[in-house]
Amino acid sequence: MHKFKKKTKSDPSIPTSALPDIIFMLLFFFMVTTVLRETTINVEQHIPKATELRKLQRKSLVSYLYVGKPTLKMQKQFGKEPRIQANDVYIAVEEIVGWVLQEKDNLDEVERDQITIALKVNDETKMGLISDIQLELREANARKLLYTTIQDMDRD
Amino acid sequence: MAKKKRANPEINSSSMADIAFLLLIFFLVTTTIANDRGILMQLPPKPDDIEDIDVKIKEHNLFKVYVNSADRLLVEGEPLKDIELIRDMVKEHVLNNGVNPEMSDSPKDAIVSFKTDRGTSYEMYIGVLNELQGAYYEMYGERVGKTATEWRTLTNELDDPENKKLYDKGRGKDKDGKVTFPMNISIAEPSKIGGN
Repeated sequence: MHKFKKKTKSDPSIPTSALPDIIFMLLFFFMVTTVLRETTINVEQHIPKATELRKLQRKSLVSYLYVGKPTLKMQKQFGKEPRIQANDVYIAVEEIVGWVLQEKDNLDEVERDQITIALKVNDETKMGLISDIQLELREANARKLLYTTIQDMDRD
Repeated sequence: MAKKKRANPEINSSSMADIAFLLLIFFLVTTTIANDRGILMQLPPKPDDIEDIDVKIKEHNLFKVYVNSADRLLVEGEPLKDIELIRDMVKEHVLNNGVNPEMSDSPKDAIVSFKTDRGTSYEMYIGVLNELQGAYYEMYGERVGKTATEWRTLTNELDDPENKKLYDKGRGKDKDGKVTFPMNISIAEPSKIGGN
């Protein structure tokens, strides 16, 4: 009594030929959107949170200063007092003026006054050091300042 | 001669996904998304560039915030626990327009003075500065019918003439190009009681 013809079984595998394309798309997205970090940060960085954040318009005008305790690896050599890091080395407060001039030299002549200093400071650092840095930056005439912070998700 | 059965000419590409995954994970791990957001501030000019004129500021125009080396707040001479309360106090002070004789005469005259100690933590400093700037952003926003968040986004895109118009309106720019509603946040040199 074979009234119903048995259906021919179709291939049970899912076509996965498009999978690499999807993954490649993701890969390209990440390759394009991320920036490789150029400097190794040798100070502790636990950035404080805030709500009233502003974005920087021109990234090429920004120079970074990192402030905080030396990382565990560097503590043997440099102790635990907060340090200022510019590019790849620790600098003293008095050296900031020279560093700013150097950074300004890398910019176009017309844009030199618009240089922005981004301060990435560990939240335990005391204001004494920050104030000294600010005084030096005023001396070097780099007066646009950005305190890098993280968006506070609990508020706002 | 018997014809050979042709093999399927497809290349086996099932491992392609694995290779791509490997690359993807490599990039995910090695890269950090740049964080270029924060609290923007303009420093005053060099100390010796400022002309030594004795500017008389009326006491009632000043709104004083002081943080000591133990991160305790003193606002207008009164201790304060919750830093989020500063925001409304600043707004009340700036928008007073001479009604209360102990507060500012006009937004133009109002000055918010923020002083710390050398021993104050950076976290506290950012927290208070955030509230002070937030109060101004809220007032600017209200003046142009926007929220503080919208105001902050529009200040990032001043190339747009529409935004520029709103920006000038919010800050009360008059015909001579003078700002009648400036963000007068003055950061005083820290005291040396605590810390290094």
